[in-house]
Amino acid sequence: MFLIPMLVVLAAVAGWPLMRTIWFSFTDASFSDISTYSMIGFENYLVYDNGAWYGVLADPSWWRAVWNTLFFTVVSVGAETVLGLIIALTLNAQFRGRGLIRAATLIPWAIPTIVSAKMWGWMLHDQFGIINDLLMTLGVIAEPLNWTANSDLSMWAVIMVDVWKTTPFMALLTLAALQMLPSDCYEAAKVDGIHPVRVFFRVTLPLIYPALMVAIIFRVLDALRVFDVIYVLTSNSEDTMSMSVYARQQLVEFQDVGYGSAASTVLFLIIALLTISYLYLGRKQFGGDA
Amino acid sequence: MFRFRGLQWILGGLAVSLLAGGLQAKTITISCGAVGAEKQLCEEGTRAWSEQTGHEVKIVSTPNSATERLSLYQQLFAARSGDVDVFQIDVVWPGMLASHLVDLSEYTDGAESGHFQALVANNTVDGRLVAMPWFTDAGVLYYRKDLLEKYGLQTPETWQQLTDTAKTVMTKEREAGNDRFWGYVWQGRAYEGLTCNALEWIASFNGGTIVNGEGEVTVNNEQAAEALGLASTWIDGISPRSVLNYTEEEARGVFQSGNALYMRNWPYAWSLAQSEDSPVKGKVGVVALPRGGEDGRHAGTLGGWQLAVSKYSENVDEAAALVNFLTSYEEQKRRAIQGSYNPTIPDLYQDEEVLAAVPFFGELFETFKNGVPRPSSATGDQYGRVSNAFFNATHDVLAGKAEPEQALSKLDAQLKRLGRRGW
Repeated sequence: MFLIPMLVVLAAVAGWPLMRTIWFSFTDASFSDISTYSMIGFENYLVYDNGAWYGVLADPSWWRAVWNTLFFTVVSVGAETVLGLIIALTLNAQFRGRGLIRAATLIPWAIPTIVSAKMWGWMLHDQFGIINDLLMTLGVIAEPLNWTANSDLSMWAVIMVDVWKTTPFMALLTLAALQMLPSDCYEAAKVDGIHPVRVFFRVTLPLIYPALMVAIIFRVLDALRVFDVIYVLTSNSEDTMSMSVYARQQLVEFQDVGYGSAASTVLFLIIALLTISYLYLGRKQFGGDA
Repeated sequence: MFRFRGLQWILGGLAVSLLAGGLQAKTITISCGAVGAEKQLCEEGTRAWSEQTGHEVKIVSTPNSATERLSLYQQLFAARSGDVDVFQIDVVWPGMLASHLVDLSEYTDGAESGHFQALVANNTVDGRLVAMPWFTDAGVLYYRKDLLEKYGLQTPETWQQLTDTAKTVMTKEREAGNDRFWGYVWQGRAYEGLTCNALEWIASFNGGTIVNGEGEVTVNNEQAAEALGLASTWIDGISPRSVLNYTEEEARGVFQSGNALYMRNWPYAWSLAQSEDSPVKGKVGVVALPRGGEDGRHAGTLGGWQLAVSKYSENVDEAAALVNFLTSYEEQKRRAIQGSYNPTIPDLYQDEEVLAAVPFFGELFETFKNGVPRPSSATGDQYGRVSNAFFNATHDVLAGKAEPEQALSKLDAQLKRLGRRGW
């Protein structure tokens, strides 16, 4: 009973747009006139026509975007987790000025992505960016690198900016988990004279593992629908195009509401599948307490 | 009773004031660009119209990036919003936006016959005049007068001559100690500007305009392959490899700092190259872009902006009147003299005052008159996709990832896929 208002609100703000997107993905609606369209079934997804396959699932650019997104997700979330863990362990230690350092590490996370992406865009600029200037001065590179337009570098540039921004978030969640750990395990380990590295892998990691997994899942779901950092840094370049950037390009720049909705729907399905499988696996694991 | 009389007075007063102030003062909202002097000129122009007619004009600022601006317009149109009455639209948009725009031919009293016919044709979709030309643009060739003189060379008539003279001057300038000197800079990044550049090469070789007026894909032909083949020899030859990432401003940066013999750009670069602090001030000439060969033609891609009236506007008559005023001879003349915006009315290119203010309008007249339109009318909604496929294919050829013939046949297949149900 008490849940009804909440369910109504949820249906209005999340369900309705989602249903509309799925609905449009079966039409040939165009942005230039969104009111007249006809149902075309699965043609936006996949259709065999005149000896060739058409649709989102037959578009090499789409698969390129899927690959880019997965690559971005795995590399950036992996790096953020490891770095976040290192920072959290450091901040967990007792030292003077700890509060100040903790606050300082949060700054990148506090800046809106669009702002930090633009900021990095200028810093990475090939003509007058400070990054190239620094590297040239240090003699690491002979001539300015085109970070955001060179196809070998642009993905790494995007990942670097994302890691810079999101590591504090991972550090924060990991630190929260570390603060909860019982100290008696460590005292026992100390008495037994066990090597700290071994203590970390045998005691710390298993204990913070559930919290860490939650943080990673959060980040993975976030990274799969990444848009702003990529669009601001490299716009529609195929080298870094994520699934969201692809969907936006089809929808807004190519006027194709049906096709863009189909791409968005596939993206939604991928994320939904991952979430469901995580929940399912999680339930299996903690079978008893669910 | 007393109260009732008061109401009568008020109503009477209202009626009198309405009759006195013209039938009814309306508020017209216009979206103007805000690049450079655009906004100021727009404010001055609309203010003059306000004083004439008594209607109020509100100016809405729009994003500078054309792509972002288009997204904003589409959101307004998709919502059938009447918030903006008059839209400033790019030369490639009429096909996409036509269904939301009013047919202006009923309001212009035939004024469009005084404008460049290429633009009028571009703005006519299915027989409806959906926008009036406001100012125009075409690709032109900038060159260093002093350097051509120094080596006794003529301005290039054909692309081959441009390639040869650029090579000669570049070699000699580098020997003389300027090792950052290049022969030719242009716009090679994979974006709309590359579509403009590559269309110029292909059209100048008589290789057509990607998709013809009937909507047939024509890009896969020998002349087009020849044009792309020649252009691909420029990379690392007379143009730096980084040109593959240049937009207008990067090219201008190289040319204006004195490090290039030739540059392809829009007319806007003229006033900047001739400004007080420009290292090449007084050394720059402008000619039409070269022909493909002896039997080729000079081709500059048509750019520029139009004014259109939204179908969802509640004041179509007044909005159309404002468009007529802003695109009129007098207003275009004022904008040409004050801001060097290219008029869309051929007669203005012979106007003494205009030529005194901006001498190169006279030299460029043919280029503007014969501007090569991008295939946006023919492909309508799909133009964005067509242009995207075209500049990516071209970029691959230039970057050495593909041979011209192979890239063009792949592009041909791609475009036929896009247009398989008609554009």
